[in-house]
Amino acid sequence: MEYDVVIGLEVHAELKTQSKCFCSCANSFGQEPNTTCCPVCVGLPGALPVLNKKAVEQTIRAGVALGFEINKTAIFERKNYFYPDLAKAYQISQLVKPICINGHLRVGEKDIPINRIHLEEDAGKLVHGTDGKTLIDYNRAGVPLIELVTDALKEPHIETANEAVEFLEKLRQIYIYAGISDCMQERGQMRADVNISLKPKGSKQFGTKVEMKNIMGFRSVKRAIEYEIARQKEILEDGGVIEQETRKWDNEKGINFTLRTKENAQDYRYFPDPDLLAVQISEEEVEQIKKSIPILPSQYKHTYMQEYALSEYEADVLLQFKHVNDFFNACVAIYPNPKSLCNWILTDILTKIKTESGAGPILISAQDFVWLVQNVDNKKINKINAKEDVLEEIWGTSKSAEEVAKKKNIMIDINDQALDGIIQEVLKVHIAVVEQFKTENDPKILNFLVGQVMKTTRGKANASVVMEKIKKFTQK
Amino acid sequence: MRELGVIELREKIKAGEIRSVDITQEYIQAIKQSKTNAIIEIFADAIEQAQEIDKKIQQGYTGKLAGVPIIIKDNILVEGKHASAGSLFLKDYIAQYTSTVAQKLLDEGAVILARANMDEFAMGSGTEHSAYFKTYNPLDTTRVPGGSSGGSAAAVIENLCAAALGTDTGGSIRQPSSYCGVVGMKPTYGRVSRYGVVAFASSLDQVGPITKNVQDNALLLEVLSGTDIHDETTARNQVIDFSSRIGKSLQGLKVGIVQSVDAMVQGLDVESHYEKMKEFLQQHGATLVDVQIPHLQLVLPAYYIIAPAEAASNLARFDGVKYTSRSQSAQTLNEIYTLSRTEFFGDEVKRRIMLGNYVLSSGYFDAYYNKARSVQAQLREEYIKAFQSCDVILMPTAKGEAYKIGGKANPLDAYKEDIFTVSANIAGLPAISIPFGVGNHKLPIGMQFLAPHFEEKTLYQVASYVEKHKEDIHGV
Repeated sequence: MEYDVVIGLEVHAELKTQSKCFCSCANSFGQEPNTTCCPVCVGLPGALPVLNKKAVEQTIRAGVALGFEINKTAIFERKNYFYPDLAKAYQISQLVKPICINGHLRVGEKDIPINRIHLEEDAGKLVHGTDGKTLIDYNRAGVPLIELVTDALKEPHIETANEAVEFLEKLRQIYIYAGISDCMQERGQMRADVNISLKPKGSKQFGTKVEMKNIMGFRSVKRAIEYEIARQKEILEDGGVIEQETRKWDNEKGINFTLRTKENAQDYRYFPDPDLLAVQISEEEVEQIKKSIPILPSQYKHTYMQEYALSEYEADVLLQFKHVNDFFNACVAIYPNPKSLCNWILTDILTKIKTESGAGPILISAQDFVWLVQNVDNKKINKINAKEDVLEEIWGTSKSAEEVAKKKNIMIDINDQALDGIIQEVLKVHIAVVEQFKTENDPKILNFLVGQVMKTTRGKANASVVMEKIKKFTQK
Repeated sequence: MRELGVIELREKIKAGEIRSVDITQEYIQAIKQSKTNAIIEIFADAIEQAQEIDKKIQQGYTGKLAGVPIIIKDNILVEGKHASAGSLFLKDYIAQYTSTVAQKLLDEGAVILARANMDEFAMGSGTEHSAYFKTYNPLDTTRVPGGSSGGSAAAVIENLCAAALGTDTGGSIRQPSSYCGVVGMKPTYGRVSRYGVVAFASSLDQVGPITKNVQDNALLLEVLSGTDIHDETTARNQVIDFSSRIGKSLQGLKVGIVQSVDAMVQGLDVESHYEKMKEFLQQHGATLVDVQIPHLQLVLPAYYIIAPAEAASNLARFDGVKYTSRSQSAQTLNEIYTLSRTEFFGDEVKRRIMLGNYVLSSGYFDAYYNKARSVQAQLREEYIKAFQSCDVILMPTAKGEAYKIGGKANPLDAYKEDIFTVSANIAGLPAISIPFGVGNHKLPIGMQFLAPHFEEKTLYQVASYVEKHKEDIHGV
């Protein structure tokens, strides 16, 4: 039997803000445990939350970037449950009136409907010791978090693992480009819950959905979804029934297992948080934020393909890392030759900075980089010299490309007459090879001769000029 | 000197007739000799505080409360001092920061002398639900002092301090003030910061003064009031002029009489005092105006839904995991929660937590919590409308004199005690209780006035007038 797959996503992202969501503690990662907390973060008696306006602004920013409606009045509610990382035993979140409603994100040819983005606070972190003890670090408690929830009841649906991953990747790019979140997955700054249901092909009736919580990393999301679809298919094909439940994805074993069944589902007893006022959002404020949104990946991509004549592949690779894209744009601003800059960045820069989990910093200034690319384009330096003698030398230092190139004497500055002389000398030395070339006209032999000339000039000649000259001289 | 009020005492200290340290010493002696159990702990540094203020006064310091010893309820935090909210859960808890109200007292030169007994987490009408001991009414030790700020009110009438702070969620300042024959004010919601006050029901809680006379009360409220950056629910742009109408006559004042209150009062012990107050007001130039507050009939059920709902959530942080007591027999996380909460919460608190979680739980939320909120909204509107035709509204504070210890063993009987007080909390209005003669057992009877939001000054006008002229009336 054929099935339709319906995939829903809930994506949490930690907002980029100076301070936490409901107090003035620093929102910063990697501090000593329990050093960025106050009475509010650790839920001391009598402590009260005070909303950080910047967190609301960032949530609106996310909404605006994704074409959401922004509610004029939003309220915060308490989600009550016991867990040691949740100091107050409730999370301040939003249920009935979130900040953003009804958005969408384009994946392939589909506009995937999104139900909401709401603002909430993150919980602390449990640190399990080897001695069987568990410690609690409340530094993360109160960090502003936005939760985006797709609207799986509306069409079009996310139907495959690949679509889900594309959705997440696009979302991640938008959050990063708009300065909403750094989305560093290894820091848990972006986490996804996935729910999946299957129904007979064409059926209007939704199947029972199974949820998988807190999957880290998009590659795991893909595997987890593929696994769950296969699992449900197998059950259905054997005539079984899908249980409504929450399952946990075990990334190492590549399987999932039951975490909670419907019977054990928590009742969070949401109600409006009496400590916080309703948030009033004016149209002016939304307009202001709209204006402050920087260029987003989809707009860049359009420019790159339409105006710069880059391929879709090239555009996608440039856009993959914001700092690479920023660097590219900084370079184009100085030297408007995007095609050439793109070639260099895609080959020479990316190979240097790519790591397993992302891309490291670019350790050369746009000015120096442009100087190199421009001189190679203008045939003033050979590409191989530019790369090996200059780029490698100045990478990560404060040296200037121009100074290094001049010091190493690799500028192509031999005049025509002198070059002719050198070529004649080389041809004399390799007279037997020249004779062979004259009869066979083999490009390999030509290349050898060019190489010999370049060697003699120590790269200071332009290889294509040399080649033309050799051809001319040997024809005589 | 112990019987002096705040202003009288401050002036004597200022004039050099007595030092703060001497009167502090006198109070400490009196507390030690007292048999009413009004006080949980005399702060070890009280004498030291007084000495320091004496030194400052000698150098010309003139704080509004310079040198005046004040007692605070056990749910108000002062850094480095114990605060237990009358609960075993916080028996050993030492506050990590100072509440805004305590800081305001200290900023005006008050000596924070001791912490007063209270019903556990402010849940109760007789201070019989303190986890430590019952407090006896100093005027008749077989009777309760009222609650939950029973320790505070008892301390004031017993002259264990110049004044005290209480908190009022459903009458917890006014009812004990009535039972002890002192002046108690529940300010407009948002008048006084709740930061650093152990929360009971956040949308209803307010801190307020309990004093020997009206003028003192107005002065203390002036000190306590104001916007607090740590409490979003404090009102902005407050006008703080509580004494401006003190001394003015009642000529032309319109006093609202709620018809349904008339009916409720019939047959109660308080009836004759209530009627005498009406006469008194009319004799002194005020006009009685009939007003309708139809939803007053539903205010008690609404209160006993909203308050427990918020309390259930507010008290969830007392879980045995962090700063609270933890059950010695707990082995697992679940046991830490269940055994600690079983062991350290009293029955009344457990009752309200269960009630609160019940009304918030899925399937019951609309029927209870939302309905109660709608009653609240309508009550508020009805009051606002009623105040278009009157300046204040009169009601009794309680049904009569203080009841016998153990006399309200049935929780429902105890809840009904709050019938006249809860509406001010539910509608967020300011309300004052002032002594108005004695009842059959020669114990005080209190009368209550309610005013529009932020119109405390009218309450002080009426209260001070009644205070000054009540001797004129036969039987009062």
